[in-house]
Amino acid sequence: MIGGHPPHRPPGDVDPAALAARYPAYFRPSWRNRAKVGALAAAMLALLFLAMVRLEITPERFAAGLLRLGTYVRQMLPPDSEGRFWFFVEALVQTLGIAFAGTLTAAILAAPVSFLAARNIVPNIFAHFAVRRGLDVIRSVDALIWALIWINVVGLGPFAGVLAIICVDFGGLGKLFSEAIEATDARAGEGVISTGGNQLHRIRFALIPQVLPVMASQVLYFFESNVRSATIIGIVGAGGVGQYLAEMVRMLDLQPLGILVFMILVTVAVIDLISSRIRLAIIGRPPRS
Amino acid sequence: MVALSALFLFGDFDAEPLLPAIHQLPEAQSRALLHTYRDAVAAKRRKAWLGFVVVAVLYALAARAADVRPGAFFAHIDNFTSYIVRILPHLTLSNFAGDMASWYWNFGKWLLLLGDTLLAAYVGTLLGAVGAFLLCFAASANLTSSRILRALARRWLEFCRTVPDIVFAMIFLIAFKSGPMAGAVALTVHTMGALGKLFAEVVENIDMKPVEGVTATGASWLQTIRFAVVPQVMQSFASYTLLRFEINVRSASVMGFIGAGGIGQEFIVAIRSFYYSDVSAMLVMIIVTVFVIDLLTERLRHRLAGAQAHR
Repeated sequence: MIGGHPPHRPPGDVDPAALAARYPAYFRPSWRNRAKVGALAAAMLALLFLAMVRLEITPERFAAGLLRLGTYVRQMLPPDSEGRFWFFVEALVQTLGIAFAGTLTAAILAAPVSFLAARNIVPNIFAHFAVRRGLDVIRSVDALIWALIWINVVGLGPFAGVLAIICVDFGGLGKLFSEAIEATDARAGEGVISTGGNQLHRIRFALIPQVLPVMASQVLYFFESNVRSATIIGIVGAGGVGQYLAEMVRMLDLQPLGILVFMILVTVAVIDLISSRIRLAIIGRPPRS
Repeated sequence: MVALSALFLFGDFDAEPLLPAIHQLPEAQSRALLHTYRDAVAAKRRKAWLGFVVVAVLYALAARAADVRPGAFFAHIDNFTSYIVRILPHLTLSNFAGDMASWYWNFGKWLLLLGDTLLAAYVGTLLGAVGAFLLCFAASANLTSSRILRALARRWLEFCRTVPDIVFAMIFLIAFKSGPMAGAVALTVHTMGALGKLFAEVVENIDMKPVEGVTATGASWLQTIRFAVVPQVMQSFASYTLLRFEINVRSASVMGFIGAGGIGQEFIVAIRSFYYSDVSAMLVMIIVTVFVIDLLTERLRHRLAGAQAHR
């Protein structure tokens, strides 16, 4: 407190009893609210209990599992790649390739479709509703399921992984793009129309400049999350480091597993760092308090 | 620029409009202005083209690394359509009920497995959210001044969210020796990391005045959090948790691929053994479930957002 004390208020100024009499609602416990919160908590706990019974989650098994986990962690030490370091690097590069090619292709395919799903481009409610729901259906199937389906088409290998990522992201990005398009300022478009421009001019000169930065940052965000997805897509045989991961866990080959997990962590962290830098550069630094 | 602002400051506005005055800019100055403008535009273009070339090169490299073969794709695309045709159920109008019954011949068991999947997602989301709640205050710069404690909390959360949940599940599977529990615990750990980061960001953006007020009354750290922070963040927390539940339902549906129970385990068996109609039956069940849960949580989240707006 530089510059003297704040003005002191005499203690008699505030009388809790008088305040309570004046604003009873703030001083009385609200039993209705408490009952509501209590009922919600009880229902959630009951569901949790049911889940623990159904999924056979017991404290004993948890404790035993943790003990075993401790032994496994000790077996990971000392880390030893057993001469497979460069294979891991190659697989990681493949993983990044799957994520990048998949995300970018999905973005290129989703951009035109997202215009069809936006209310301010296609006013026909049935048309944009149908496109939206179609995107939702594509999106609700997990990447691993898509990978399994594409393996049947193009065979085992990273290309199936790329196609799987394209499918999932096509749904996700299409939805986000169309929401971004709907959130644009309509006045820019009205301006273009008022100077005699047609619908295409409106899209090119009023909408695209507004949505392109948003789209770019969403694509980068999806790329980050796809690097993670691409590390596991190999579990079903669609390329990347997942193949090694699944194999080494099955064989309890723990020393190289530790190395590989560490390499994945570093790669993901570096990608996140680069991508968030670019994202901030594109959309400008968010205001921080 | 200088000429323009001088014009703006000293121009005789009453006598004549501004526009003709601009036309009367001395030749040299207007050419300089135009030059600067063209340079700025050209620099922007160059930058855009450079970005485009970099992305295109990266794309080509990525396609090479990931063995992308568009030729193979178009050559085998009929495999995709024929696969879809093969997994489609054989339904006829004349015997619709019977066909449905034979399509969903194992409906009871699949429903139970789907229920297990949902329960695993529920457990993972709930316990993960509790863990994230306990840790997010320690990870927030505005509440925790200890640099070491904050760094510890943040690194731990980072680790939890960077390792994919299915990798956790594989590791827990060898530790816990059984299906659904490993999946639920893996989802818990991953959810803790993902939500912990989001929660901490919410906490760092709160209004600090209530915190100062409560601290001024002599409240402890925990009391400050209970009475000054939690009321501000609870709604955002709930909204993020619901969003995470949607994601976890999707993840839980594939946990079975590595043997962690639920509908995924039955699904991958059907795919690997070419039980075509079973594949489509379970796929439809999964899609419908995810769809319904997305709709319900979206509705709930909008209600939460509405409640927040009316406060």
